[in-house]
Amino acid sequence: MLRVIVRRLLQLVVTLIALSALIFIWLRNLPGGPVEALLGERATPERRALLIKALGYDQPILVQYGKFMQRVLTGDFGNSIRTGDPVTEVIGRAFPATVELALAAMIIAVGLGIPLGYLAARWRGRSLDHLTVIGTLLGISIPIFFLGYLLKDVFTQNIHWFPPSGRVTTGIDNTEVTGFFVLDSLLTREFDATADTLWHLILPALTLATIPMAVIVRITRASVLDVLNEDYVRTAEAKGLRHRTIRGRHILRNALLPVVTTIGLQTGALLSGAVLTEKVYNWGGLGTLITDSITGGRDYPVLQALILLAALVFVVINLLVDLSYAFIDPRVRVR
Amino acid sequence: MSDPVTRPDVVGQRAGGSPAGGMSERGIGLLGERKKAQLEQLAQASAESGGVSLVRDAIRRLRRNPAAIIGAILIVLFLLIAIFAPLIAPHDPMQRFDELTSRLTADNIPGASDGFPLGSDQLGRDFFSRLIYGSRQTLFVGVLATLIGLGLGVLLGAVAGAFGGWVDNLLMRFTDVMLALPALLLAITLVAVVTRPSQWTVILAVAIVNVPIFARLLRGAMLAQRESDHVLAARALGVKERNIVLRHMLPNAMTPVIVQATLTLSTAIIEAASLSFLGLGDPDQERAEWGAMLGDAGVHYFEVRPELAYYPALAIIVVALGFTLLGEAMRDAIDPKNRR
Repeated sequence: MLRVIVRRLLQLVVTLIALSALIFIWLRNLPGGPVEALLGERATPERRALLIKALGYDQPILVQYGKFMQRVLTGDFGNSIRTGDPVTEVIGRAFPATVELALAAMIIAVGLGIPLGYLAARWRGRSLDHLTVIGTLLGISIPIFFLGYLLKDVFTQNIHWFPPSGRVTTGIDNTEVTGFFVLDSLLTREFDATADTLWHLILPALTLATIPMAVIVRITRASVLDVLNEDYVRTAEAKGLRHRTIRGRHILRNALLPVVTTIGLQTGALLSGAVLTEKVYNWGGLGTLITDSITGGRDYPVLQALILLAALVFVVINLLVDLSYAFIDPRVRVR
Repeated sequence: MSDPVTRPDVVGQRAGGSPAGGMSERGIGLLGERKKAQLEQLAQASAESGGVSLVRDAIRRLRRNPAAIIGAILIVLFLLIAIFAPLIAPHDPMQRFDELTSRLTADNIPGASDGFPLGSDQLGRDFFSRLIYGSRQTLFVGVLATLIGLGLGVLLGAVAGAFGGWVDNLLMRFTDVMLALPALLLAITLVAVVTRPSQWTVILAVAIVNVPIFARLLRGAMLAQRESDHVLAARALGVKERNIVLRHMLPNAMTPVIVQATLTLSTAIIEAASLSFLGLGDPDQERAEWGAMLGDAGVHYFEVRPELAYYPALAIIVVALGFTLLGEAMRDAIDPKNRR
């Protein structure tokens, strides 16, 4: 087991290094690189040459990359072109917002997805099953930013159930401790702020949860259907085991393996959805940062760090998923 | 074989069909089983020589699947609208009408009136005609992005699957790197460096995102073919290696790739729309394309006239649904588990 983990960690590091090199070269060597972003297209050649020299872009790309990696390893990703602040600081400020949103979305997606998928499988062919199947099909076919606008229109314009955007109502006192607003308000015992931040969280989280939930429901349903036909389930029934035991130990536990894979994959991919969701609800997290650092004047240092962060999250979650197999599936443990 | 760093479980994920683990696994598992099924079938065919081919059998099952039929109907409708757009649309989609522009204000975009069944868009053009013509551009973007992605992916996958060894290793590590980013984020990254986004940058970005998926799928299928008896037989007969790869392995490994392409068409259209929404799409205001129409209306005109977003969105949903239904039905049909 330990050997597997070490091997996987090494693989992970190699993947990340390769990705960082590709991104580094990609962002520097295409038309409209950082020099043009800083100076505009009509800059004089002299100024351009000066800046190229100042940024070190006249050196061989490998040397540049080496220096970049050296700084990255000490936690220095450079400064944002737009604001001048250190990249780590810029990202650090946006990070909790997205994690909070993503966490809420996954709680909704998993909390509703697994039971729904399970029930649909148990009552296969009944109306609940049909509704679920149709619903999940719609869920993966709808552009989620459109769904976001739709929810926003209905629940904030027509009936005023939820606030239209942002993370907290201005004027509500919420002392920042960690940057996770819900957690902060609990820590400082400002419970009106807890209610308010949760209120702001619901619609964006629902929007972001759409795709993962649809996918989780489908996988759970398919997986449970597969397991229901297994001989050991019939055996368990024949032995006269209680239904609760059969459901918990035999069906769900065996059906959960592909579901866990899916949950991991979907969590890793959440940043894609967050980019869209955060724009709709003006959320101000990493997604917003990605959009802004492209459309608001190509902020390459920030973008580069964000992409690497996304990749890191993605591969680490994948690793965790694989390791979690050992706990769910005893057969893996033996290996 | 399972390579858990990257688990591009696209087929499995959007499935419902089979819950098997990663795609590479699934691809191989599926093909492995298919291989077995083929062998069984071969044995049967030699015994009674009246066997049904796998493809014909799959088509037979498709025709009995209502989901496949609904999907096919939606796609055919979409194609018909795209083909006959000039006949259906009452106006030129790019023409600005004075009677419409004169009524445009910051907070009003005129609705339906005589000759303009769905009213005006934000620039005084006939919204209905733009929707109809939009089917063409949407089809163009979706199909081209899918085809380019499929082409490049098949090339990579075929090379990896045909050579195996270090070539395979290198190429697959490369796809791993691409797969370490979520799809839309990769597309955003690709578009981010371009100074002037255009329709082509969107198409290429969406295409490249799909390259590793196709590559891995085909590679898995090819590797399964490598070990199969008919390849061994061909090799024993002295067939050239190139011919073995091109004539024996590749055609037999293409089925899951084609199924994936059908599913990709739906995601490609949605991804293109998402890029437009983020302001990274086609900046050409004249061109009528659903994704761009939705992205634009979603950001700028949702409060003024939400219909401008509703209709293109509905169109996208219906088309995406069509391709998903058909694609998933196809995948189920080639799954030997469902054979009888």
